[in-house]
Amino acid sequence: MSADTPTPQFRGVLGWIDHRLPVVSLGYNHLVVYPTPKNLNYWWNFGSLAGIMLIIQIVTGIVLAMHYVPHADMAFDSVERIMRDVNYGWLLRYGHAVGASMFFIVVYIHMFRGLYYGSYKAPRELLWMIGVVILILMMATAFTGYVLPWGQMSFWAAVVIINLFGAIPLVGDTIVTWLMGGFAVDNATLQRFFSIHYLLPFTIVAMSFLHLVALHQFGSNNPVGIDLTKKDKINFHPYYTVKDVFGLFVFLTIYALFVFYAPLTFAHIENYEPANALVTPAHIVPDWYFMPFYAILASFTFDISIFGITLMDAKLAGVLAMFAAVLILFFLPWLDTSKVRSATYRPLYRIAFWVFVVVVLLLGYSGSQPAEGAWLLIGQITTFYYFFHFLVLLPLLGKIEKPLPVPESINKPVLPTASAGAQAQPAE
Amino acid sequence: MTTDAEGGGSRRDFLNIVGWTGLGIGAVAFAWPLVHQMNPAADVLALATTRVDISAIAEGMNVTVMWQGRPVWIRHLTEEDIQTANAVDLNDLRDPEPLEARVIQSPWLVQIGICTHLGCVPLGNRSGEPRGDFDGWFCPCHGSHYDIAGRIRRGPAPRNLDVPPHEFVSDTELLIG
Repeated sequence: MSADTPTPQFRGVLGWIDHRLPVVSLGYNHLVVYPTPKNLNYWWNFGSLAGIMLIIQIVTGIVLAMHYVPHADMAFDSVERIMRDVNYGWLLRYGHAVGASMFFIVVYIHMFRGLYYGSYKAPRELLWMIGVVILILMMATAFTGYVLPWGQMSFWAAVVIINLFGAIPLVGDTIVTWLMGGFAVDNATLQRFFSIHYLLPFTIVAMSFLHLVALHQFGSNNPVGIDLTKKDKINFHPYYTVKDVFGLFVFLTIYALFVFYAPLTFAHIENYEPANALVTPAHIVPDWYFMPFYAILASFTFDISIFGITLMDAKLAGVLAMFAAVLILFFLPWLDTSKVRSATYRPLYRIAFWVFVVVVLLLGYSGSQPAEGAWLLIGQITTFYYFFHFLVLLPLLGKIEKPLPVPESINKPVLPTASAGAQAQPAE
Repeated sequence: MTTDAEGGGSRRDFLNIVGWTGLGIGAVAFAWPLVHQMNPAADVLALATTRVDISAIAEGMNVTVMWQGRPVWIRHLTEEDIQTANAVDLNDLRDPEPLEARVIQSPWLVQIGICTHLGCVPLGNRSGEPRGDFDGWFCPCHGSHYDIAGRIRRGPAPRNLDVPPHEFVSDTELLIG
């Protein structure tokens, strides 16, 4: 990959293996001498953190599965047994449960970094889209995992989410019955959720490899957002291995603080009550990482109709909007019409980005509140803005915005001799 | 290793050693819970002892009880059993052990009913089952023959049947474990 450092001929046992199975040179080219932009800031740490969280979740998940019993009569007790009797079971379960939240925090920051610096733009469209696939797989994994403890929140989350599919015209009920494996959420549902929850993480691993293949085709984007030449890049090792490890230690410290001192921060206390098919908890909400999407679902309280003819009832509209909120991310590379990647050189987009961040946070908070009164209204307004941002603002900004001058090279703004190069022409 | 003017290790060497040592300790600390979780859990360890009422076990009778998920055989030895067992020349045994060494309180022979070869449960503790060439117990998996004292006499098993830790709490109650 690197023109500056030719792949060395490995000798001895390594050379023998590499000649037949070039994994040694693959690792060398992609982890050691891989050319990385030298101006990456700390927001670029979150990709490797996400990879490490995936590994932590898989390892803790595999050992938890050695003790968990996927049966409606035993699941809840087996989780309590893990907490009380299994050696370090409390650590493994809290590590896994808090880990799910940490994984989503890391991935959401990773995505917002991509949004700010335009990492989804050509030629990295597929890199971004594979990332969206990973996000969807993560959501399915997190949801199926949340059901496994078989507490009240687990049970009713399964009921509500499966019933979303009941909104599909004509075949909705048939699909719901098929998904549940019965006429209500019961043991059959729990066992298939366990199977799916164990399967999906490995599909995430596969997609992560594709994500890396796509990443290494053109290399990382960078805060300046311009295409870089070889002289603007440095070896991944030791420069970014050291930086990633430093970021990892900071991250693990925060993670550990939650696991050891506040493990239930992200949990719902109702889930410590065993599942009861006869009583729905007064206020059911999903985990925080689903809140913005849940708010979009809940904000459709009205049927969509033209001239008194109902085109779509509120239930179907809400379900479609919620799925659309995720799927719209696939089209982002083409919805954003600006050729300038980094928001640093896009004064209007920079404002739109931060408004969007606030809107998503507001959406999330309104999703956690009962769907009535002011919070319902805020949820509806922010739902509208969410789609407005992608469907109207992004296409429009690319046309009307006058970007700031983009430097020709990342050396120019840093080196003392760069004053001449500062008046680079606006790139459009 | 690079050296400074005074011939000692450099600051970089020191940082390297400290760094890798710290990483090693951290890795072990991470790995230990993942390993230890596979050891017996607290609820399994809580079942470490079994109490048995032996008052109803008549002479010449065998009883099987469960201890830590394993079968434990209790035999009320007969006078004939004891004579037969003591008549054996210890030099003929693969795992030489007199009967007294296997019995805490006569006439009770308490042993784990698992073949010391590869873990099968031998036959012979129930009436009607084959008891092997030495009139004790016989493991059908790979043909190990045990005598009436539970000692290996023929076949691949390396040791006599194991005797679990046990004590007689009273004349009628046996505590295993």
